[in-house]
Amino acid sequence: MSAPIIGSAVRRKEDHRFITGQGRYTDDINRPGQAHAYFLRSPHAHAKIRSIDASEARAAKGVVAVFTGADFARDKLGGLICGWMITSKDGTPMKAGAHPALAVDTVRYVGDHVAIVIADTYAIAKDAAELVRVEYTELPSVTEPSKAQSAGAPQIHTEAPRNTIYQWELGNKAETEAAFKKAAHTVKLNVTNNRLIPNAMEPRAAVGEYDDGTSGYTLYTTSQNPHVARLVMSAFIGIAPEHKLRVVAPDVGGGFGSKIFIYAEEVVCTWAAKKVKRPVKWTAERSESFLSDAHGRDHVTSAELALDGDARITGFRVKTIANLGAYMSTFSSSVPTYLYGTLLSGQYDIPAIYCEVDAVYTNTAPVDAYRGAGRPEATFIVERIVEEAARQLKIDSAEFRRKNFVRSFPHQTPVIMNYDAGDYDASLDKALGLADYKNFPARKAEAKSRGKLRGIGFSTYIEACGLAPSAAVASLGAGVGLWESAEVRVTPTGGVEVFTGAHSHGQGHETTFAQVVAGRLGIPIENVEIVHGDTASVQFGMGTYGSRTSVGMTAISRALDKIEAKAKRIAAHVLEAAHADIVFENGEFKVAGTDRKLAFHEVALQAYLGHKFPTSEIEPGLKESAFHDPTNFTFPAGCHICEVEIDPETGVTKIVQFTAVDDFGNIINPMIVEGQVQGGIAQGIGQALHEHGVYDTESGQLVTGSYMDYTMPRADDLPDYKLGFTVTPCPSNPLGVKGCGEAGAIASPPAVINAVTDALGIKEFDMPATPARVWAAIQRTRAAAE
Amino acid sequence: MYQFQYFRPKSLDEARKLFENNGDAKFLAGGQTLIPTLKQRLAQPTALIDLGAIGGMSGIKVAGGMVTIGAATKHNEVATSVEIRKAIPALAELANHIGDPAVRHMGTLGGSIANNDPAADYPAAVLALGATIKTTSRTINADDYFTGMFETALEEGEIVTEVNFPVPEKAAYMKFPNPASRYAMVGVFVAKTKAGVRVAVTGAASCVYRESAMEAALGKSFTPDAVANIKISPSNLNGDLHGSAEYRAHLVTIMAKRAVAAANG
Repeated sequence: MSAPIIGSAVRRKEDHRFITGQGRYTDDINRPGQAHAYFLRSPHAHAKIRSIDASEARAAKGVVAVFTGADFARDKLGGLICGWMITSKDGTPMKAGAHPALAVDTVRYVGDHVAIVIADTYAIAKDAAELVRVEYTELPSVTEPSKAQSAGAPQIHTEAPRNTIYQWELGNKAETEAAFKKAAHTVKLNVTNNRLIPNAMEPRAAVGEYDDGTSGYTLYTTSQNPHVARLVMSAFIGIAPEHKLRVVAPDVGGGFGSKIFIYAEEVVCTWAAKKVKRPVKWTAERSESFLSDAHGRDHVTSAELALDGDARITGFRVKTIANLGAYMSTFSSSVPTYLYGTLLSGQYDIPAIYCEVDAVYTNTAPVDAYRGAGRPEATFIVERIVEEAARQLKIDSAEFRRKNFVRSFPHQTPVIMNYDAGDYDASLDKALGLADYKNFPARKAEAKSRGKLRGIGFSTYIEACGLAPSAAVASLGAGVGLWESAEVRVTPTGGVEVFTGAHSHGQGHETTFAQVVAGRLGIPIENVEIVHGDTASVQFGMGTYGSRTSVGMTAISRALDKIEAKAKRIAAHVLEAAHADIVFENGEFKVAGTDRKLAFHEVALQAYLGHKFPTSEIEPGLKESAFHDPTNFTFPAGCHICEVEIDPETGVTKIVQFTAVDDFGNIINPMIVEGQVQGGIAQGIGQALHEHGVYDTESGQLVTGSYMDYTMPRADDLPDYKLGFTVTPCPSNPLGVKGCGEAGAIASPPAVINAVTDALGIKEFDMPATPARVWAAIQRTRAAAE
Repeated sequence: MYQFQYFRPKSLDEARKLFENNGDAKFLAGGQTLIPTLKQRLAQPTALIDLGAIGGMSGIKVAGGMVTIGAATKHNEVATSVEIRKAIPALAELANHIGDPAVRHMGTLGGSIANNDPAADYPAAVLALGATIKTTSRTINADDYFTGMFETALEEGEIVTEVNFPVPEKAAYMKFPNPASRYAMVGVFVAKTKAGVRVAVTGAASCVYRESAMEAALGKSFTPDAVANIKISPSNLNGDLHGSAEYRAHLVTIMAKRAVAAANG
């Protein structure tokens, strides 16, 4: 028997089609007779629409139709929704303004949707859009979260006075205040978490289609969760009943969260397809992606840590203003609350934590979940302030962390989470070894001899993924359950088709899920087909985000339990043995203690023949499904250590070494996991050193609206990572798996900034550490010293 | 992009006639700036006159202490030219770091200096090396050619045909790239020639310019130390999201120092 397939670095099954250009993305889909859409967007950050005159555009040759918000409203359709209700500390529900798919009388950010122009070609639609006369009355705008609540700030939605959507709290205020009163030492830190623009390689796209014969709609879209898109478009927006709306998310070229949400364009293209009696296609230009994809992060936070005389953390309080942009995107409310405050305990045993979050509207693109979603923001604060505490107390950063680690499990934090398993010393020790920590002082001295400033930074992070126990999230305001479904269909010849509600947009599910099935059934991986991303074939599912495919894999595992149980009953009849004597191993059903056996495919055939078992007791066929609702989050954790060298003459920061040791529980495919870690770290380094979504504070224009000004990390910005793994199997699922997709983006930014501040010998530094900002910090430090 | 007419003349004469007969025509060389501008609908020419099919506009010749490069020569040809690597290695290196491989296989020397982007690399080489620009109607000295932001001495319809670079004793180009675009945020080209030292700065201001204080200092002593303490005034320099004028001023000194060190090998 060769090595077990679960745990093997199996080459990705999907890569053949991706690498050879045979992937089928939304933009590759062309329907007979399709027309093309262009969205006319607001050029202003905030303005009243006085009038829209589309008559000239409608009359232009090749133009099919122009629709505005008034047309959409006339069909009595709903607006876009936010599916997670947050309750403020005074008990009032969050104050959400309307989010029309096409603006009705006000535009609230540059890029807001004003009209859809549909034409025979995209070029005609774009030309015609310039013929649409829109009269605006410009209004003052506000883009910065720290200014949104001030008395003079423009009111963006009447429903939310002072642009405040909610004022939320978590933890125990009284106990935390008591901890600060008794503290021997306190540490304060102000932190900005920079706005990021997702930049998935594939821009968003949609093709809406209406079949008059069946009165059914089909939407092809770039989605991480097509079933949720269908549910929202049906139940809340009212495009069509669910059974008359098929949503297909074919190959999707990266999402990072930005393709979870239900956007105006896909809704409007679907609706318009019936109006114009032609399929309607739209694909974003890169500039539109910058303007209108939901952005990430954008928090301003002040944090304070209380410590006793023995350098143990006794209390932690955090106050954050979270910028949610001009409208509340699909899951935006949950990101700076339950995906954020709940992670503020980090890997540490902190008896008292209190967190307050004000969520605000601004005249910027909506902000929602982006790789990590709340957890990077939490980890950044925790790991920055813990590092600062170690420095102020003059204790080695690693030892300070170790002193405060959680060591017994399960561990109930003061902020909801119940950590089920982990070994934080193990990942720290392994990382210290891989990073050759003990020789860092020699490396720093050597760098100094070359005129370079070398610094080291730690991040011992934890995250919560595997979203999530449905009743638990319902009690926190979630409008959906977060279980996952699987259906396993065995064909008469023993092939296995697995229908999963998870969606793969780069994660490699077609391989890892197939490994789980092949390993479990003892069949070749080639005999397994993973089907996802189409509401017509998969019954229902919650999609992929939040490193939650442990839930989908467990659902598959549970369906396989049922397949095995039924196959055993059939095998018993065929082998004329007692059911209790049938064992299943290495893909064979055997009569214990004999040489009588049937291969998996032989039992499959018997299941469909129905000749050798009583069909009155056992139904023919071999097909089972399962819905798995997790009992807890999973808690990946680990230690990242970054070393930087800064050129003080130019301010250029170079990452010279990056070590990551992660505990993802059991690993199905180490190659894919390493790929996820590498991509995550690259994105985290992007946030720490390069990326910054910037709006002009006066005009509200997006300054970083293209790659000329928005800095993406490039290959030559990134080091060769030193990666390692430790394993504490997850106790809450049978596979023992956690999640790995977001860890790199969560853990790495504080490691990088801790290294930068170590190199510069400064306390506070806002991301991104661009050369100009680092150089300016050096000048400030020098000026202060003089 | 908006609709326009497209022409691909076979001769300079034909190109000139097309230009004269089309109201708002633009010449298309490598298109690395013009095409993105058109795609963003920031320009609306009535016609594009593609210079790519005109014979004799492309090629590299080194003779008599002069490197002659045809205006339609692609960056990649300059970057990989064995003759240029021998004669003016700094020029080949400069070309090798313009944009990315796709840009270097499309963009041309003539297109770059006719456009005169304030953050382009070639203008620094042309100015520091004291090159002469040959056009359809005359020869222009580098010192008279670059007149302002995206502005040159070229008249309407005048086309750059070749650039002549005198071979210097020593030269080097040091670029500090804009983190996002990787255009020059500050690029300094230093050249030591028989006629003296020339220092050209690109990226920092609205147009490439010569840094005379540095030229004087390097004329006395062609060493990094000679420029290391020359402070540049930020008053006429660019400031933006990626760096203040003060930062750019500082980088001019640093890049100059490093360029001299590189030139000295």
